[in-house]
Amino acid sequence: MSDIASRVKAIIVEKLGVDENEVTPEASFTNDLGADSLDTVELIMEFEKEFNVAIPDEQAEQISTVGQAITYLEKNVK
Amino acid sequence: MQLKRVVVTGLGALTPLGNTVPEYWNGLVSGVSGAAPITKFNTEKFKTKFACEVKNFKPEDFMDKKEARKVDPFVQYAMAATHEAVVDSGANFEELDTDRIGVIWGAGIGGLKTFLDEISDFAKGDGTPRYNPFFIPKMIIDIAAGHISIKYGLRGPNFATVSACASSNNAIIDAFNYIRLGKANMFITGGSEAIINEAGIGGFNAMHALSTRNDSPETASRPFDLDRDGFVAGEGAGAIILEEYEHAKKRGAKIYAEIVGGGMSADANHITAPHPQGLGARNVMVAALEDAGMTVDDIDYINVHGTSTPLGDISETTAIVNLFGESAYKLNISSTKSMTGHLLGAAGAVEAIAAIMAVVHDTVPPTINHFTDDPAIDPKLNLTFNKAQKRVIRAALSNTFGFGGHNTSVIFKKFVE
Repeated sequence: MSDIASRVKAIIVEKLGVDENEVTPEASFTNDLGADSLDTVELIMEFEKEFNVAIPDEQAEQISTVGQAITYLEKNVK
Repeated sequence: MQLKRVVVTGLGALTPLGNTVPEYWNGLVSGVSGAAPITKFNTEKFKTKFACEVKNFKPEDFMDKKEARKVDPFVQYAMAATHEAVVDSGANFEELDTDRIGVIWGAGIGGLKTFLDEISDFAKGDGTPRYNPFFIPKMIIDIAAGHISIKYGLRGPNFATVSACASSNNAIIDAFNYIRLGKANMFITGGSEAIINEAGIGGFNAMHALSTRNDSPETASRPFDLDRDGFVAGEGAGAIILEEYEHAKKRGAKIYAEIVGGGMSADANHITAPHPQGLGARNVMVAALEDAGMTVDDIDYINVHGTSTPLGDISETTAIVNLFGESAYKLNISSTKSMTGHLLGAAGAVEAIAAIMAVVHDTVPPTINHFTDDPAIDPKLNLTFNKAQKRVIRAALSNTFGFGGHNTSVIFKKFVE
């Protein structure tokens, strides 16, 4: 697992209060991990803070699973 | 129309003296102070370095960890006290008409810690707004009532009352009125406050409202004492289940007492100073007595607002003497803030609980920390100094006043079928 992937998972575990093994690449924040729309916004903000990136709203809307978050960040974090 | 009778069927308290009603009441009658040096933040640069904090509180005991993180401490406190009150009431909401059970919850300030943290983060940044999406729904005062309704599935009237330190007494009065009028069968009511943080203590310090007796926190809250120098900040929550009498009877509920009167008035005088002759305080007690159909001789105990401020204690005792006349000297009066500190928006609720327990146990909790009489306070009044007193309490009146000149008064009576 890449460094980015493990940091993303740690944030999800902390913010959504879920078990680490639930945080699979396919897991959807809202459908599988119990997040509501505000939780999702908060997650994106945490990713921005952790990786020091700005994720534009239109990009953020495309991130709804763990895997999508990791892929986006691996591509955009310098 | 015939107004319905309203009874108290459940109590919950999270206070600086104890985290349940039995612990709170035991602390009150034992005359214990809840004051100690502040642990919640570094007070080095603050004029006041102590307060009455809630101790050993774990929000995870009342909500899951993820939920707890998304609410301000004032809501965590609300959930704790409410949990105790609901269990205590024995109400099984699955068997009751939850469309007719509401929540009216008071707080004077609400999510101050959340506000402070979010604004501090913003101020440290480069001006880009990076507010947490839970900022607003964590901070707003009405969210406590919302969370309580969601947890228990209560779909009746639901809102917050705000009148500074009178907030939770206003909540109790509103709940009482809606049940009396037949608009609901039951309410979870009360209030909570959590302002022991840099903004709360710093803000009240700037007003010169807080005691600065840093060398002796436990004797700092000394209502009616000549050397009182301001109130001691407190925090916590009080929850009261009010219920229409027939509804309570039908489900075989235990009844603590009957709520029989509520009064409201304004000083229309000054934003923070009380009316010098206690005009608003007198009027509010008159209103509560009239509402209850009682006379001054029907009251045996007054739990006063009594915050231990130089002006407030004088104006309130003046109002009592003016209104009660000779009967004022037969009453017991006490300020439980001498022990709990001032719970602000939660003060009305925790003091109503003190008044209810006093009626139940025929025991008046004391005004502790009395050392020197103040010549401006009538020496013939029985202010229940330093030790609890046993006496029959047919009815107790509890006053709570708030910045802005808001005055409220509620009356609880021994329940007789």
